Amino acid sequence: MSPFLFWIFALMTLIFGAAVVVNRNPVASALSLVVSFLGLAALFVSLDAYFVGIIQVLVYAGAVMVLFLFIIMLLNLQAEERQRINWLAAAGGVGVALILLIQVVFTIRHFEATRQTLPALSASTIDDVRNIGALLFRNYNLPLQIVGVLVLVATIGVVLLSKREPR
Amino acid sequence: MITLGDYLIVSGILFAIGFAGVMVRRNLIIILMSLELMLNAANLSLVAFSRFRVGPDGLPNYNAQVFVFFVITVAAAEVAVGLAILVALFRIRQTTSVRDISSLKF
Repeated sequence: MSPFLFWIFALMTLIFGAAVVVNRNPVASALSLVVSFLGLAALFVSLDAYFVGIIQVLVYAGAVMVLFLFIIMLLNLQAEERQRINWLAAAGGVGVALILLIQVVFTIRHFEATRQTLPALSASTIDDVRNIGALLFRNYNLPLQIVGVLVLVATIGVVLLSKREPR
Repeated sequence: MITLGDYLIVSGILFAIGFAGVMVRRNLIIILMSLELMLNAANLSLVAFSRFRVGPDGLPNYNAQVFVFFVITVAAAEVAVGLAILVALFRIRQTTSVRDISSLKF
């Protein structure tokens, strides 16, 4: 992947990610999040991780975002009215995030290993679904079962939470 | 050429954006979306580390991608439960702002 495409998709991810936070309308935020996730999926594909890129589109840009939009529609949320912004709290939040970012950037710059360029692969990653699946069922079988139980618990929990209490 | 550091810095900026969203915004739905941004930033650095560590068989290290798979699964479950709690809360209080939900008991 050329550096040009990398920067296009990185900027797309970051700008629309910032739009999620800045937008006042929840629907606009959700749609910005979709575009941000699509850029991220392209970055995954640029790293030869086709399977992860595809489930990023299917699960996040598909299922999770439909869930978000559905809830926004269900609750009939409007854009927040122009309430007075608490500038102190906003500056504090952005400041803490900036300090975190500076820390991360300095740590990354500090290590020599982060300056390596993409190493060449001697085998094709086109069948990485098979490789990930084999690893998942051989080495990570117990975590897979636990995640299965977790998803079941989440399903039952959601049904219980959204059940109307008989009065 | 693109280096590992470039991917990690993009991931760090994305994490910082999500963190700022959680700290600054008052709408619960936006806070949940910012949490998703933070989880995805972690996924990006995991996949980058996986690709930059080529094993003796000439393939990326797939352990990190299995971990990304687990993160995506748990994140999807978390969103479902979080939004269900939000709907239950909205039914009682008619609000999604954390400003109005500052007490544990009411």
